[in-house]
Amino acid sequence: MAADTGSYIKHHLTNWTMCSTDSGIAFNKACTDAGFWTLHVDTLGWSIVLGLIFLLTFRSVAKKASTGVPGKLQCAVEMVVDFVDKSVKETFHGKNALIAPLSLTIFVWVLLMNAMDWVPVDWIPTVAGLIGQYGLGMDPHDVYIKSVPTTDMNMTFALSIGVFFLIIYYSIKVKGVGGFMKELTLQPFNHWAFIPVNFILESVTLIARPVSLALRLFGNLYAGELIFILIATIGLFQLPVHFLWAAFHLLVIPLQAFIFMMLTIVYLSLAHEDH
Amino acid sequence: MNINATLIGESIAFIVFVIFCMKFVWPPIIGAIEERQKTIADGLAAGEKAEKDLELARDNIKAQLKEAKAQAAEIVDAAKKREAQLIEEAADKAKAEREKIIASGHAEIESERNRAREELRQQVAVLAVAGAEKILERSIDAAEHSDILDKLVAEL
Repeated sequence: MAADTGSYIKHHLTNWTMCSTDSGIAFNKACTDAGFWTLHVDTLGWSIVLGLIFLLTFRSVAKKASTGVPGKLQCAVEMVVDFVDKSVKETFHGKNALIAPLSLTIFVWVLLMNAMDWVPVDWIPTVAGLIGQYGLGMDPHDVYIKSVPTTDMNMTFALSIGVFFLIIYYSIKVKGVGGFMKELTLQPFNHWAFIPVNFILESVTLIARPVSLALRLFGNLYAGELIFILIATIGLFQLPVHFLWAAFHLLVIPLQAFIFMMLTIVYLSLAHEDH
Repeated sequence: MNINATLIGESIAFIVFVIFCMKFVWPPIIGAIEERQKTIADGLAAGEKAEKDLELARDNIKAQLKEAKAQAAEIVDAAKKREAQLIEEAADKAKAEREKIIASGHAEIESERNRAREELRQQVAVLAVAGAEKILERSIDAAEHSDILDKLVAEL
């Protein structure tokens, strides 16, 4: 049983990988040695599908956006947009056409990806396994699919590295290369002798931002998913426990999306500030 | 740690999504929201202004009503005064008329009496002449003695 449980958990936490080998495109176990040039098909697939759901829904509203009495979908979309807009305006006081849409994309996209956590852990892998078994003649144990993209560090780091480059871009754009260097070297101790110390301290601060952003989101969702999987192994008693844990995620899922968005705004607004 | 090329794929997806959102999603929606906010704010302001106008109009009406009432009272007063004056005038006129009528009546009566008296005198003169004729039992030439008769008449 212990071995079964172990392999069950491991199976649920393994991504569907794809890589290119000498004998063409290969999947899963054939890719264990592929190193960096491996793709997580499930993470990419789910995240892009969810991103498209977000963008197409919002785009359909944007196309017919009426300034008069809004429809129900328009109302819902406008509530989200207005919420993001308020969050941005409270924190960021400059003029920037990118930050608000960036925050909206991060918030809704991360929220949708996190929300995949609510789908019971066996549904998608079981369906995928059946398709693999009867459609493609595979061993269902070899069909891997992880449906929550934010439990994949590639996903969270892609977001946070994007934000990190924007931080650097705006720091240099607003303060100039010299200003940015000064910020890195003359703080917190404004003396030439402290330049190396300052540089180390400030670099750590700077690098810690994307790392903490990515790991916070990943850690929360990965842990949540892991607990969901553990709950799924305890038999019939899992139903009430699963319900409680899912209810708790009513808090975790939007909160993590909100924190990611809010910190992005804060970091970018810090990048715009001249000291 | 399982960092691999997925990172690059997701980064590209992220960039594309953000650009799409920035170009085609955010501006129309926020534009619609802001325009509606403006419309609502304008509507509220207009409502407030209308209420103020109404209040002003009410005050205006009150003042006008008060003025109209005062004017009406004034008019009634003037009319009452005029009425009294008219009555007085009419009374005066009537009195004058009455006096005139009375005076003319008196004059008429007087002239009537004078005429009657004159007639009477004539008749008395005739009677006197007749009497004298009878007394004298002869006819006296009336023309010849008219001076005497006239004197007699004047004496009557």
